[in-house]
Amino acid sequence: MNSLIHARGLVKRFGDFTAVDGIDIDVRAGEAFGFLGPNGAGKSSTMRMIGCVSPPSDGVLRILGMDPRRDGPRIRARLGVCPQLDNLDPELTVLENLTTYARFFGISRGVARARAAELLEFVQLGERAGSKVEPLSGGMKRRLTIARALVNEPDLVLLDEPTTGLDPQARHLVWERLFRLKQQGVTLVLTTHYMDEAEQLCDRLVVMDGGRIVAEGSPRELIEAHSTREVVELRFATEDQGLYAGKLAGIGERTEVLPDRVLLYVTDGDDALAEVHRRSLSPASSLARRSSLEDVFLRLTGRTLVD
Amino acid sequence: MTPSAYVLEYHLINYRRTWRASVFSSLVLPLLTMLGFGLGVGGFVTGGVEGVSYLQWMVPGLIASTALQTAVGESTWPVMSCFTWVKIYFAQAAAPLRTTDILGGHLAFMLFRVMITTTAFLLVAFCFGALRSAWAVAVLPIALLVGAAVAAPVAAYTASVTSDSYLAILLRFAVLPMSLFSGVFFPIESLPEVLRWVAWALPLWHGVDLSRAATLGLDPGPDAVWQVLYLLLWCVAGWFLASWRYRRRLVI
Repeated sequence: MNSLIHARGLVKRFGDFTAVDGIDIDVRAGEAFGFLGPNGAGKSSTMRMIGCVSPPSDGVLRILGMDPRRDGPRIRARLGVCPQLDNLDPELTVLENLTTYARFFGISRGVARARAAELLEFVQLGERAGSKVEPLSGGMKRRLTIARALVNEPDLVLLDEPTTGLDPQARHLVWERLFRLKQQGVTLVLTTHYMDEAEQLCDRLVVMDGGRIVAEGSPRELIEAHSTREVVELRFATEDQGLYAGKLAGIGERTEVLPDRVLLYVTDGDDALAEVHRRSLSPASSLARRSSLEDVFLRLTGRTLVD
Repeated sequence: MTPSAYVLEYHLINYRRTWRASVFSSLVLPLLTMLGFGLGVGGFVTGGVEGVSYLQWMVPGLIASTALQTAVGESTWPVMSCFTWVKIYFAQAAAPLRTTDILGGHLAFMLFRVMITTTAFLLVAFCFGALRSAWAVAVLPIALLVGAAVAAPVAAYTASVTSDSYLAILLRFAVLPMSLFSGVFFPIESLPEVLRWVAWALPLWHGVDLSRAATLGLDPGPDAVWQVLYLLLWCVAGWFLASWRYRRRLVI
């Protein structure tokens, strides 16, 4: 099978520090592939290696069938990159940011202008084409960066935390555009520490922690393999939630005590809540919900995703 | 077009926003120095220098020094901005450009700026009758050579430092002394031996000396070949230093 990204035993070291510690990945054409993990898990280092701006320290890496060590510029010509921090030119106009960037790919001025106008419509910035970048909101800048990543009609789009730092409304707008891209068959690779983002966008993902891959699969497969169907969240009016762990024993498959709440992993949330009340435990608040990738992550690493 | 030409194009498009103000100041600066130093100080130095008026003697030095100032100006804060504030170098590195394309395109733009300020200065000097020979046109390539000899190593320096206070240090401890001790305002023969060696070691004095021979129509002698070669050495060494420092910042 042809993988757009093929990695075996991929390692990135910075001095004594190992940021990526021997990972295997295969990303197929047309899929949306995610790296989920907390800050410092090695997601961005992996993305930079895939983007051919950071040579691997060890292991095999093939992007679009080519070797980044040898064919960097040829690979980058077919990639679209949306970095974690916007690096747009604040003094150029919205349109000029796209047209000057297109020129780096050797695209003619005429084609660059036409494509830029089209992309600005796509990211809903058509009316801002002539304005400077500086006064744009964070969400608009991110959408412009995404448009810039598409200016060379890439085979593979890399998005490093595409919605980090955006307000909820702006995030949804970005997700909607990315979902549209996915429907058009564009291969997306993204990193995120938001489980809802991973669930919404990714066909398949790997969970990273400490530079390693700890699990791999579709969001649903991961939840089925590593969590129960439902979760009950209980908050007790006390300093130490752990005091209640013993009293909750036996309800559901697993109990997880967090600093601010207790999680019960169960098959049926309502049944579990009824049992909590039958035991005369009265939490200040309670909630029964479906399992999410957050629970998978907690199970696999013993930590929450966003601190 | 080569990839570095696309990078040059980007910097030119960016320059388009401010070119009027920039060209205007390129004309005002020589005008003011011409009036202040040439006529003011020149009126004081009544005997002239080395057989010509002080204005005619000083102008070629000031042109070379302006080339230096422009090159330093373009290779300090703007380069730091491309790395640290706007981070546009990183956006360029994600495109199919090599670090040498990114560096080469930006250096080409710096030399374009040197060309503008030098041309403006030559025009003003011509109007003041400060050029004695048609050989003065040779000042343009000399200024570009000085510009490259300075811009490349300074860009390497800027790529290596993390805060712009280091740029202020460079201006105070390298650029200012170089401007003072390179025979721009007075012949270096009046300096003590040690400082003369400093002038010979740094690139500016060679540019000043070559420019002076050109505008005064003097035969620069066989030394000129060595001076040009020495400036070229600064260019080549600066290029390799800057490529290395750029790669260290952009490919990690």
